[in-house]
Amino acid sequence: MTGSRRQPVEIATRPPATDAEEPPSCEDAGLSRRHFLERLGAIGVAGALAGTGVLEAASGHKAGAVTTAATTQATGASSKPAHQWCMVIDLRYCNGCKVCTAACQEAHYLHKDQTWIHVFTMTNASGNTYHMPRPCMMCEDPPCVQVCPVKANFRTDEGLVLVNQSRCIGTRICMNACPYQARYFNWGPAKSAPRQPFPQEPEWPVPQVEGTVGKCIFCAAMLPMGKIPECVSNCPMDALYMGDLTTDVAVNASGQVVKLSEFLAANDAVKFKESYGTHPRVYYILGHDQDLENDEGAG
Amino acid sequence: MTREQVDTMETGTSTTMTSRTLEKSIGTAYDGVDPVPPREDIREAAMRPVLETGKWWWTAVITLGVVVLAGIVAWVMQLRDGLGSAGYNNQAFWAIYEADLVAFIGVTYGGAVVSAVLRLTKARWRAPLTRIAEATALVTLPIGMMFIVPHLGESPRIWELVWPPYWNLSSPILWDFFAVSTYLLATVVFFYLPLIPDLKITLERLSAGPDNLKTRTYKKLYTIIGGNWTGSIPQRRVLHGALGLISIMIIPMAVSVHSVLSFAFSSSSRAGYLETIFPVLFVVGALYSGVALVIVVAAAFRKGYRLERYITEKHFVRMGFILIALGAAYLYLTFTEYLVDGYSGTIGNASWVYQTILGRYWIPFWFFVVGAGLLPLVILAFRRTRNVKGVATASVIVLLAMWVKRLVIVIPPATEPLVKSPLNVASANWGTFHFTWIPITITLAATAAIPLLLLVVFKFFPILPVADMEEMAAEAEGLEEDLSTLGVMAAAGDNTSDNRKERKHANV
Repeated sequence: MTGSRRQPVEIATRPPATDAEEPPSCEDAGLSRRHFLERLGAIGVAGALAGTGVLEAASGHKAGAVTTAATTQATGASSKPAHQWCMVIDLRYCNGCKVCTAACQEAHYLHKDQTWIHVFTMTNASGNTYHMPRPCMMCEDPPCVQVCPVKANFRTDEGLVLVNQSRCIGTRICMNACPYQARYFNWGPAKSAPRQPFPQEPEWPVPQVEGTVGKCIFCAAMLPMGKIPECVSNCPMDALYMGDLTTDVAVNASGQVVKLSEFLAANDAVKFKESYGTHPRVYYILGHDQDLENDEGAG
Repeated sequence: MTREQVDTMETGTSTTMTSRTLEKSIGTAYDGVDPVPPREDIREAAMRPVLETGKWWWTAVITLGVVVLAGIVAWVMQLRDGLGSAGYNNQAFWAIYEADLVAFIGVTYGGAVVSAVLRLTKARWRAPLTRIAEATALVTLPIGMMFIVPHLGESPRIWELVWPPYWNLSSPILWDFFAVSTYLLATVVFFYLPLIPDLKITLERLSAGPDNLKTRTYKKLYTIIGGNWTGSIPQRRVLHGALGLISIMIIPMAVSVHSVLSFAFSSSSRAGYLETIFPVLFVVGALYSGVALVIVVAAAFRKGYRLERYITEKHFVRMGFILIALGAAYLYLTFTEYLVDGYSGTIGNASWVYQTILGRYWIPFWFFVVGAGLLPLVILAFRRTRNVKGVATASVIVLLAMWVKRLVIVIPPATEPLVKSPLNVASANWGTFHFTWIPITITLAATAAIPLLLLVVFKFFPILPVADMEEMAAEAEGLEEDLSTLGVMAAAGDNTSDNRKERKHANV
């Protein structure tokens, strides 16, 4: 398994991201984590200058709302995407309460087994348990997009991997391809939902569609409105951070804003199953004696 | 062909034969399998299923039809209740339909082996089996393809697969779709081409019989399908060339179908699916189960239509040897796969190999090892059981065990949890596929559809490749005079001396 195995994919409904401009791109398979973080930090400083508006706006919000309008103005009207969304999960603080899962399921009208953010219970070397929430990893090189026969999966220029449920035919080959078990199928009638502020679309697939695949969307429809995802804003332990690689900031439920690159570097953040070459955009901060299964692939 | 064998054939049952020489020559054409009965008898036997409609035929068709209908009812119920009613869940996202898809498309390979491989290797004994093998491929392929429908969560949108703007060319499922469609076309052509000369012969035979609505309908059908076949030298040369070409083409096509089918599994990072051995394993498995199905179908129709004189015990023994050769190859490939994956000791590989061989899937796994690995070998090893019944029984067991093996291929890796602690692999939450009546009924219906469609196909087309059998027999010794008396070339009305020259070129 190497990172260069997968070719850049065609994105169905959005214009492709400009690779040269995309700050955190790690297409180079040989890039070590250390170099990656260094580079991320360097770009992040530049990004932070442009994104100071976000910092100011976000710091005042207890509810964790990020005003994105300021960023849009700061970056101007260029076609360059204003954000590159990512998430940081601080495993040192996660206590396994699963409030994130419940909030997500309530907001998206999901069945109990459709855990878009699933909290796994893990055992460390001393035999003690710790908890590991797993949303969609929003891979930069998503295997699910490649295997879908009808282009129902796509990646937006803001780095979100989404499912078009009015296109999906339900082959479930994406469930096979995802190394993170992050995809859920609607095996029966979808949970009914009241009238939503948005039409049923990939950015807000509510209600779900029977016979199609669903997964975490980072609450895509809410992001332009300056709202952070339900799981992040409801985490009582402040263990989840919603981040933007472009502006180099991340914010948690208490409204604590961190400089993303510094925060990741200072805490030795890692990604889940990095050896699979998917380049996930979810960072984990591990506590003492905590580990992620980083199996060197199957074959 | 030794003198001894020819001599033994003279004690054959044929009495209606006018030319002793011809009988000998036809006998030799089958590589000593058995003496070939006179052509009138062959023609009678080949048309027997078409002309005879016994009570048992209706009983069989109605019974099988009811099972197929039950399958359709089950599918409608699944459409109503969702794919979950078939036993699927998020931790068992692929299971029985995917195994069925592999198994039913796999059994079509019998046609490719018997007709294409044995044609290319000039194994003349194959002749009486070819029509049965090709017809089996013809009916099983659409049945196998049908499994895409219940497999899909949103089957009404299946049209998206044929809508080019939606095509994602990096998807193995799309490759499957292209490969299987091409293979279907080739299978239809491969059934049709050798049938053309037969249609002329059967047409003649029908004309000799009573003139009623049935014969008139058949005559019309044969005239339309048979085209302008006269049996002239140029036509025969074209047909020979086309058959040779399609025999060569269908082999890579068949190989591609199952290879690509295996890519749908192995184009992932999932332990147990990401196997470089998969394409080979799938192709050999398909050949194995395909040969088994041809044996079972041949045994059944041989008994049903009293074809013992044409399809003999020696055919079954030879097919049995092909069967165990493929079985041994399959067992070897499986062993290699499990050994290497088990040896690697990575978390994913170690756990799926353990769970398959010794853990939660040990029963189906060892059922496969015994049923598809050891039993056929044992049955064919002893002279006592090396007969029609023995080979047919072994083939039924192989078919069953190979279906179970497909479940063992599909289900364990699909149910393996991908997020788990490295330290407690064994206790990780494995998913479970719950077999419900819906997919079982659909699988049974698909199984019943094979004999049902074969009964219907042989109601319309001769069960033995008449022209092929006659021609090959004569061809063996190069007895053109005898060949011309066979009537195959009579319609051409050409000068016989020219025919000889032409034919020699055509047969090179």
